[in-house]
Amino acid sequence: MTAFLAVEGLAKQWAHTVTVGPVSFDIARGEIVALLGPSGSGKTTILRLLAGFETPDAGRIVVEGDEVSRMPPARRRFGMVFQHYALFPHLDVGENVAFGLRGLADPGRKAGEALKLVDLAGFERRKVQELSGGQQQRVALARALAPEPRVLLLDEPLSNLDPALRERTRRELRGLIQRVGITTLFVTHEQEEAFDLGDRVAVLNAGRLEQLGTPDELYERPASLFVATFVGRANVLRGPAARAFGGRDGEVVVVRPERLRFTDAGYPGVVRERRYTGPAAFFLVEGDDGARFEVQAEPDAARVGERVYVAASRMIGFAEPAP
Amino acid sequence: MTRKQVGELALTALLAWLVLYPIAILAIDAADLDAIRAFVRRPGEWGALWASFWISVASVVLAAAVGVPLAFLFEWLEFPGRRTLGSLIALPAVLPPFVGVIAFLFLYGESGFVARAVQALFGLEQSPWRLQGAGAILLVHTYSMYVYFYLFTRAGLAKLDWSMLEAAQALGAGRWTTLRRVTLPLIRPSLAGATLLVFMTALGSFSAPYVFGGGFRVMTTQIVASKLNGDLELATVETIVLALVAVGGLALLRRGEGDDVLVALGKGTAPRRRPIRQAGVRGLATAAGWLLALLLLLPHLTLGLVSLVPYGTWTTETLPPVVSLVNYERLFAEPARLEPLLNSWWMAAVSAGAAVALALAAGELLRRRSPAAWRHPIEALLALPWALPGTVFAIALAATFGVHSPLTLRWVLVGTVAILPLAYLVRNLPVTGRAILAGYRQIDPALEEAAASLGAGRWAAFRRVTLPLLKPALAAGGSLAFVAALGDFVTSIVLYTYDNRPISIEIMSSLRVSELGIAAAFGVILMLASALVLGVGARR
Repeated sequence: MTAFLAVEGLAKQWAHTVTVGPVSFDIARGEIVALLGPSGSGKTTILRLLAGFETPDAGRIVVEGDEVSRMPPARRRFGMVFQHYALFPHLDVGENVAFGLRGLADPGRKAGEALKLVDLAGFERRKVQELSGGQQQRVALARALAPEPRVLLLDEPLSNLDPALRERTRRELRGLIQRVGITTLFVTHEQEEAFDLGDRVAVLNAGRLEQLGTPDELYERPASLFVATFVGRANVLRGPAARAFGGRDGEVVVVRPERLRFTDAGYPGVVRERRYTGPAAFFLVEGDDGARFEVQAEPDAARVGERVYVAASRMIGFAEPAP
Repeated sequence: MTRKQVGELALTALLAWLVLYPIAILAIDAADLDAIRAFVRRPGEWGALWASFWISVASVVLAAAVGVPLAFLFEWLEFPGRRTLGSLIALPAVLPPFVGVIAFLFLYGESGFVARAVQALFGLEQSPWRLQGAGAILLVHTYSMYVYFYLFTRAGLAKLDWSMLEAAQALGAGRWTTLRRVTLPLIRPSLAGATLLVFMTALGSFSAPYVFGGGFRVMTTQIVASKLNGDLELATVETIVLALVAVGGLALLRRGEGDDVLVALGKGTAPRRRPIRQAGVRGLATAAGWLLALLLLLPHLTLGLVSLVPYGTWTTETLPPVVSLVNYERLFAEPARLEPLLNSWWMAAVSAGAAVALALAAGELLRRRSPAAWRHPIEALLALPWALPGTVFAIALAATFGVHSPLTLRWVLVGTVAILPLAYLVRNLPVTGRAILAGYRQIDPALEEAAASLGAGRWAAFRRVTLPLLKPALAAGGSLAFVAALGDFVTSIVLYTYDNRPISIEIMSSLRVSELGIAAAFGVILMLASALVLGVGARR
């Protein structure tokens, strides 16, 4: 893989205690990468460092062999879509989209093309306040894409939309980015969004990059206990229960609920709760040694209070992390 | 040191020189034992100090008594003409203080319309009253300052979450209990803000005590009298005492304001106005409302009428027998009359422009999220002149810039045309600074980042994003400063020279030679210009 965008040892210290990085990763041309992590994990800081709104204490950012780490944002040619879109309220839709085209030939036509790209052809003279949330998001996207940036950065692109709209918008957004073929990084705290939209996902925790990989890799082969538990549902087991599912002594074992099933002989326990989700149900099982974990199974697989035996088809073992 | 830090240091130093330095010079000058002894020994001084204090407290009480009920009336009840009346009721605000005082003189004074009418009605030999002393001052203060209570209370009531009042009623509280235990505590910040504003304005008030005081002296008039008598040392001590009272009052009232922020937890729903149902009561309320509006408009109308009376044509009649535009013609035809108009105009424009420029510089420097060590000094310096009466600043500037000593950054500006614009600038820093800094706070920092990510450099982002978004704040800050400078009397009377005498000083000279018509015409022009500028400033 030839790196289109390379981040090398990028670090930023906020207070004495809060540090982001050092973080290193490479992104190929046209790739879509999600920065996923809980709040405070440093994902937004990394995006802002890339955009140039913050200056790094250490490290380099290189695009197409061009080092931009200390270049002001105005000269980086990175397009950015802000969480709340940051549309200029004193300008109409067309003027917003043409903002970054000043000095270029025929900005009006280029803005029109960008609007057509996001399905808002003919919206030039509308006021931004009159648009719906989804339309505002598309104007912000058109504005960021119009100057033909090298990299597109999106800060929580879907968080401002209502849930019903999110899934459709996600598909449209992915289609659009792929059509334009632009290298894209976006920040999200929702795993589903990261998996759906990203070719690869970078999982961040406490300012550190835990793992960068495809969704399958993250889910099936997590590099750390944090990734295993942050991505998808996971039962974390220690002691006898861990050993019962195949863990070695002193190992922490992570088992996905769908990898557990009720059998005739296995780890014994009692069903304490049942949560019905339609196609399946989650059964909360309390093992005889007190361990509690979730089993995903057919809705009628067991009843509350029933004695069951559980077996695992696949587990992931980790060395007990240092406290 | 970064460029930004150099900028912050330079701005802080400049503001300190403008705002703090003159006060420091004044404090040093006041450390004169003989003058302090003279001040302490004279009963007149203590009398003036006490008068300043109790007049200010009484002004707060009276202004609240008028303004608060009116605010409730206009915010909570619906009756014909509510909208029009609601804005008419803020009219005293467009009357510059000195012009308002003159209008009161023409209306309720010894030979004003009302006195003449009463005299004619009862066939009296003499005028039925003299408009003088504490009562007259309080009348003018109430008229011009209730507006603060009215506007602040209305703003507070408009923000009130109606569901809280409904919750109180659902919990069994009657109307009176709800008012006392929920409504008033919730709008307390508004009431405290208005109290502070009225107290400080009344303490610094000069025009009303100057014109109506007679033998009744307050600190501001006492200071100017000492200065005019040539007793500079005593004036300095008096000024420092007034400054201390002002700062003490400010500190006390700020503490009373409390710092508990009362924020509604839910989204506030604006109260629905209750229409007055009974036709009789509604009619009565409407009539009372219009009568009130007329009462409030009378000073403006009086000023207009008196400005149409040619010199020497109105003697004993109740209403002037001759009206013409001759006063206005003279105003613009005689160079000596036109001059003050032009003076006030350019000095107000220059000082407002400078105040806007300084506030913009402060806004640009304070806006960045990086650790702004100078944030508090710059904001405090911008706000400081508000804490001190105009007279204090006038005397302080006179003391500081009456001496030639370039090494201590003092030049002789007193007696030159530069001193008045400088004084106006210092006085207007708080209002302009507040408006423009508030404007900056309303701009989402992401907008400038968006501009940067679209290739706009710092200057381009400022010109294409920040300035257009700041337009309302700039218009408001600039027009308020302009209007205040245009109508200024307090600082002008201490610092003016013949060459740059402003309108207010010319009004006073005209009154002195009994050219009431000319004085009123000046007042009308000042009033219209203020209304025009404020109207334009408020629109965009």
